[in-house]
Amino acid sequence: MPSSAAIRLAGVLKRFGDVTALDGLDLVVPRGVCFGLLGPNGAGKSTLMSLLTGATVPDAGTIEVLGLPLPARSRAVRAGLGLVPQLDNLDGEITCRDNLDVFARLYGVPRAERAAAVQAGLELARLTDKADAFVEQLSGGMRRRLLIARGLLHRPELVLLDEPTVGLDPQIRQELWQTIGAVRQTGATVVLTTHYIEEAERLCDTVAVVHHGRLLTSGSPTELIVRHVRSAEVVEVHGDAARRDSVTRDARAVGIASRPAGTSVALFTDGEAHDAHGLPDGLAELIRRGVRRPANLEDVFVSLTGAVL
Amino acid sequence: MTVLTTPDLRADEQDVRFRTDAVGALFVREWRVFKRVWCSLVFGSVVEPIVYLLAFGYGFGALVADVAGLPYLDFMATGAAGIGVLFTGFFPGLIDGYFRRKENHLYGGLLSTPITVAELVTGEALWTGVRAAGTAAVTLTVAALFGVGLAPTVVLAPVIGLVGGFGFACLGAIFAARLKSTHQFTFVIAGFVVPMFAVAGSFVPLETAPAWLRWPAQLNPVTHVVELFRAVAFAQTSVGSWMVSLAVLLGFTALAWWVAVRQLSRAMTA
Repeated sequence: MPSSAAIRLAGVLKRFGDVTALDGLDLVVPRGVCFGLLGPNGAGKSTLMSLLTGATVPDAGTIEVLGLPLPARSRAVRAGLGLVPQLDNLDGEITCRDNLDVFARLYGVPRAERAAAVQAGLELARLTDKADAFVEQLSGGMRRRLLIARGLLHRPELVLLDEPTVGLDPQIRQELWQTIGAVRQTGATVVLTTHYIEEAERLCDTVAVVHHGRLLTSGSPTELIVRHVRSAEVVEVHGDAARRDSVTRDARAVGIASRPAGTSVALFTDGEAHDAHGLPDGLAELIRRGVRRPANLEDVFVSLTGAVL
Repeated sequence: MTVLTTPDLRADEQDVRFRTDAVGALFVREWRVFKRVWCSLVFGSVVEPIVYLLAFGYGFGALVADVAGLPYLDFMATGAAGIGVLFTGFFPGLIDGYFRRKENHLYGGLLSTPITVAELVTGEALWTGVRAAGTAAVTLTVAALFGVGLAPTVVLAPVIGLVGGFGFACLGAIFAARLKSTHQFTFVIAGFVVPMFAVAGSFVPLETAPAWLRWPAQLNPVTHVVELFRAVAFAQTSVGSWMVSLAVLLGFTALAWWVAVRQLSRAMTA
């Protein structure tokens, strides 16, 4: 068992009516890593999460989680898995402590360990002061932390976090990153979906880029940048649409890849390597005066898909 | 926290075993909610039969003498207990079931843990059944205070309330699993609850109803809950008659549970 992957998907196809959510997805997540699924809304990330708990059944392909086939062994998989859903489904009718207590029972945490598991959950969520408050009295960030703690009560081998920080303000997002860091310390395999570049770069050992229900590429953030951007830095040139088009054309003529970046165009060059070959004067000047920044996963994503995250 | 205990994931019997501890966990959840809101629930259970007894028992009862061999107050008091079980069972099944599936997504959360839909339906219906048993007990206690003479076998009434309430909760859960919006509650109430309420021999005897109405009334589980309440409350019913009622009630409850599990499984799996 330990040698097997945490998650193994082969040729997974899932359609909802006319919409193909997953289009023959192949994916392997090794044990012990923090694995990020990066993709825009509608890429199929949430469908994938729901397949991993057995709540959704694929139309074709095979799914194995913790070495067990799904949906056949769905209950055994759920016993070893903690899901933190995107949708807040905390129990509003009972207190924070009772939310954790009821879920500890449902997860089958032995009676002797239950009180300690609930206490550890409250501490992880930093809600020991609010233990007897009702969920509706909590702020958005507190609710999200409680939701995370709820998924960890049974010390799962695999933790699924679906868009853990979506809709939260930047300060609360940073707090949650610390909480997710604490989850990683437990030694569990962590799979998180996100459409925030920074989140994937900061938290994940391995990132898989998903688009239109297919896996486009996967690797460490650095590997992906080397493979698809081929430059540690990029230069952003600001301008109106006509100017961005002409810069894109001129750059392509001399073999510099680029991608649209809002009101700028990002040129995949640090300037120097290409300058050696002698750039046209105008372009050299634009690159020299453009805004230089480290290449990131958004450059990878947009250059692969043409779509915006 | 570290990864320590992992359940033996290869034990196949884990997948099919019915987890009574999961049912217990859901029961605990409902108890915690009840402790917070018991006041309004108990108020309903006490006031409803009082209103029925005053309005029907004294109002309508002044116009009629004995019904089906019983003084009218005795007749309708046991009918009110049956209606109490219908309402206490059906409405939580329908309304909580709908909101927990579709609005606050509690079911999605519960089913991400290692429990099955069968355990979920059982846990919730069992709790509702216990509440219905309480309603039966309170209604008949109020009836006794109004002067209805009860036989000692009436102590079995909560058991009837439990079985009936469990079944009606499952019936409500079937609709809850299928409805697409709260507007459809109207169809369920007008199409099922009101006929079950009205044609059950609860406040009006079935003996005087036309033949075409008597037959569907015999299929109505509420009729049999009421019959069983009369059997235990007055100890006058023939053995054959209450055994038929008991069989119909148990059959209904088992069928409602089975259909509820199937419908909710379908609703919760994409």
